[in-house]
Amino acid sequence: MRTAGFVSARSLGLAGCEACGLVVRLPAAGGVDHCPRCGERLHSRRPASIERSWALAITALVLYVPANLLPVMTTNTPLGAVSDTIMQGVVELWSPTSWPLAIVVFVASVTIPLGKLIALAYLLLTVQRGSVRSNGQRVRLYRLLKFIGRWSMLDVFVDTFVVALIQLRPLMWVEPGAGVIFFAGVVVVTMLAVNSFDPRLIWDLPQQERHGDG
Amino acid sequence: MAHAGRPATTGAAVADAAVADRGLVACPDCDLLQRLPLVPLRQTARCARCRAPLWRHKPDSLERTLALALAAAILLLIANVVPMLGLSVAGREAFTTVVGGVVAMWREGTQVVAMLVLFAAVIAPALQIACLLLVVLAVRRPPAPHWVATLLHGYEFVREWSMIEIMLLGVLVALIKIAELATVIPGLALFVLGSLVFLLAAMAATFDPRLAWERIEWAAGSDQGGVARGLR
Ligand SMILES: [Zn+2]
Ligand SMILES: [Zn+2]
Repeated sequence: MRTAGFVSARSLGLAGCEACGLVVRLPAAGGVDHCPRCGERLHSRRPASIERSWALAITALVLYVPANLLPVMTTNTPLGAVSDTIMQGVVELWSPTSWPLAIVVFVASVTIPLGKLIALAYLLLTVQRGSVRSNGQRVRLYRLLKFIGRWSMLDVFVDTFVVALIQLRPLMWVEPGAGVIFFAGVVVVTMLAVNSFDPRLIWDLPQQERHGDG
Repeated sequence: MAHAGRPATTGAAVADAAVADRGLVACPDCDLLQRLPLVPLRQTARCARCRAPLWRHKPDSLERTLALALAAAILLLIANVVPMLGLSVAGREAFTTVVGGVVAMWREGTQVVAMLVLFAAVIAPALQIACLLLVVLAVRRPPAPHWVATLLHGYEFVREWSMIEIMLLGVLVALIKIAELATVIPGLALFVLGSLVFLLAAMAATFDPRLAWERIEWAAGSDQGGVARGLR
């Protein structure tokens, strides 16, 4: 419970309220208690944090497949219809002038969601193995995931405004594809997966897992 | 950047006083119990173990947040009524607003995505501004009634889902995609949204949630004296 003179609130039977930050003594018998200041439920670690994170991360991984294989938009002209997946959209954006944006869309739509899931799996596995190494790096990785995850929404906005503007029937019009629904799902579910992960678990020693109050 | 104070090392003694001692904090990222150091103005107190920012000493937090939130409310209103993007092709012109994008996605059969875009680009930013505006107004005369706590919870939740900056980048990418097919006309809302991104960032950075929480009436209702003592 004590690493190099550091004392965790949990080891003293206390918890910092996740909503307002007040330090509160938890009931000795366990059970649910509410923060006396803000009324939020108190827990020294988020309940079923690891299980929820895994379930949401796996859901996101499953959604990631159709999100990348199905078209996100279809362009209709009198000559016919062309459907684009996210990757085809990136390729089309690649030109001598707009290649930086193509990279931004590629990173936000393909790299970030997948990288986030791999990084979250790493955090969950190390916590489950009771690892005590590179705690500082792992908590920085968690903060990075929280910070960059929202940017994956980029492609959803791109598709929305291309669809909204190109409505010039019968000359040319764009329809959203099923891929964008799955992709939006990936973004929301990966954000929820990271939010379910409790970074305080990184610092808990293995024996606390056994005696802990969950 | 100031270092956090020494971690609390005298276990039991600290624990007994903890609830009454408003200077104690448990790090949200590593659970380290420590005393919040007095940091100079515009400096951040960081966790002694994991370096998580615990508190930033902000000057005139409530007054400045109020001014920024009022300005942001006005800009958000303008951004949603004036056209954002237009295009002209073969003598035809089309304009859209932020909500126009939502309506198009709804009509084309992707209602779930339409609702997500509406929430992230309009509802969440509006709630973020409205909640904060009411909170800073209500805590001017402490103790603020307990419904202010609900608004503050709402603000913290909605902040992560308010995505105006990401939407603006998305509009830029859409604009370049369309530029190959038609002449794009940037609308006034584009510039208003650009300023709003900076205002929202400044508003969030200026607000001191710790100060607001100290001025709100307790849910348990038992510690009115504590509220008064906790005031800075
Ligand atoms: Zn609380
Ligand atoms: Zn910490």
